[in-house]
Amino acid sequence: MADITGANWFARRPRLVALPRFRLRLNARAAIGGSFVLLVCASALLARWLAPHPPLDQDLMNALVPPFWLDGGDISFPLGTDDLGRDILSRILYGARITMTIALLSAIVACIVGSMVGLVAGFYGGVVDQIVSRMIDTWVAFPPVLLAIVLSAMLGAGITSVVIAIAVVDWTRFARIIRAEAQVQAQMDYVAASHILGLRRAAIMMLEVLPNIMPLIVTLLTVEMGIAAVVESVLSFAGETVAGDYPTWGSMIAAGRGTIHHGWWLLVFPSVCLIATVLSFNLLGDGLRRLIDPVHR
Amino acid sequence: MSGQALLRRLALVPVTLFGVALVVFVLLRIIPGDPILLMAGPGASAADLQSLRESFGLDKSIPLQFLLWLRDLFHGDLGRSISFRGDVVQVVVERMPPTLELVFIALMLAMTFGGALALLGSYFRGGKVEWIVDGIIALFQSVPDFLLALLLILLCTVVFSLLPGSGRIDPALQVDFKTQFYIFESLFTGRFDVLGGLLAHIALPSLALALPFASMIARVLKASLGDAEKQDYTAMARSRGYHESRILMVESLPNALIPAASLTGIQLTFLLAGTVLVERIFGYPGIGNLAMDAVSSRDLPLLQGIILAFAVLFVAVNLLSDLIVVALNPRLRNG
Repeated sequence: MADITGANWFARRPRLVALPRFRLRLNARAAIGGSFVLLVCASALLARWLAPHPPLDQDLMNALVPPFWLDGGDISFPLGTDDLGRDILSRILYGARITMTIALLSAIVACIVGSMVGLVAGFYGGVVDQIVSRMIDTWVAFPPVLLAIVLSAMLGAGITSVVIAIAVVDWTRFARIIRAEAQVQAQMDYVAASHILGLRRAAIMMLEVLPNIMPLIVTLLTVEMGIAAVVESVLSFAGETVAGDYPTWGSMIAAGRGTIHHGWWLLVFPSVCLIATVLSFNLLGDGLRRLIDPVHR
Repeated sequence: MSGQALLRRLALVPVTLFGVALVVFVLLRIIPGDPILLMAGPGASAADLQSLRESFGLDKSIPLQFLLWLRDLFHGDLGRSISFRGDVVQVVVERMPPTLELVFIALMLAMTFGGALALLGSYFRGGKVEWIVDGIIALFQSVPDFLLALLLILLCTVVFSLLPGSGRIDPALQVDFKTQFYIFESLFTGRFDVLGGLLAHIALPSLALALPFASMIARVLKASLGDAEKQDYTAMARSRGYHESRILMVESLPNALIPAASLTGIQLTFLLAGTVLVERIFGYPGIGNLAMDAVSSRDLPLLQGIILAFAVLFVAVNLLSDLIVVALNPRLRNG
């Protein structure tokens, strides 16, 4: 009922504030996923202080030490050492830097490129849409993993080339979905109303349609970060190294493959970290979708 | 998708394939590292390099190379592989059957596991079982296939020596196969002694590909089973007193299959792409493993052939899944 006198103003106001908090409480997925992602980010940032050893320090006397709870384990190497005596825990903490940097950067680049292309194609339609659709068709016909490997082989080592490789392969994930959504939005009454108000089409697209698609974009972005983390480790694993000597989860997994018969911990710990990170990004994305999508509220 | 829309899709296939050919060609020309230099070895003279370059057509301008390549493509000639020194089409066609077998078995496993998970979760909706099913789905969706491959080797080969972790067939076995489809051939010729070994070898790679895919199928199928649950016809069936299991299998499932089948078709391309790393890890002699060889030896003609082969497979799979969706959905049949 309309509140004409304003008598209920104070009574209503707290509810407006409390509503988002209530929804967040409902959403355990977003909370669990989000906090683990924050934890990984924090350990990446604080690796210098958290890591018990420098990640590149070799100690051949202490090669292939098992995790501390096993026979022969040593508490100063909590998760054991690799075949060159480097501390696994320290390498995982430092490796989180590369993984998270690449996951965040490449997902954001792919998101901006893909969303803008999809938005323009879906909103304007016509020839632009035809061209974009053919490009998406072409891109989707490539095996994504192979394309990323070929691209990063082509661009050479380094974080920038991996970011470019992932963005070039994955922009279609955004473009496809945003294009479809922009097509739906372009038919809505508020767009027609903005036309009548005399807004220019570009302004309607950026100021009216984009904010309405933003929640979808954020959800896709979160999931893409998990995908990018996997692609980064795939590339490191395939030998298209990211940073030479610098530890990455992918290169640790690749090394773990070599010691699979006599040092399982080399493979298992970085794998578990990667899986947990991807799972967290997925949970966060899923939770955000449920928060945003009115059907799930 | 109506019949007309299907025709439009068919008409766009050549456009897509041309786009793929163009992108592949441009991409691979800007790869650094001279394949001729790699091929000739350190002792080659400049004249040797020049004649090699001419014999592979790499001395001409890039647009001309593309036109010549396109002309040859129409004649089914993709050039000669630099590292295998053989016809690219022949090399690719020889390595295709093992991959097709692997993908087929992975797909069957994924549909079985995915379908079973979705039905289990839907039947026990709201209970502990659904919670566990959701957990399994979320977990396996987050395990990349190459990692699953490594962990399966660790678990099933190293720790428990249950299954072989590499290769396609026991190397000690002397069998003369007429085709490259070993599993199908031994099945049809009744060589069950060989078949057991073949299946044991393919078990782990196909599981590594199938489990993430199964969780995707399960998630979509479970969601659409949930939608079907809310429909009037389910309420109608329930009011007639049909058992819940009958409602699920006979009323909900046929309708819920449509979106699941459609998405399975689209996502099947990811399963195909997953063969690149999984075959590499298991030393399985398919086209994915070949692709990694081609990347590391910078064998451009071969790489072009492989990526094109993947693209043709992808386009075919997508078309096929559209057809299956039309066949499953009675409302689309007379479109």
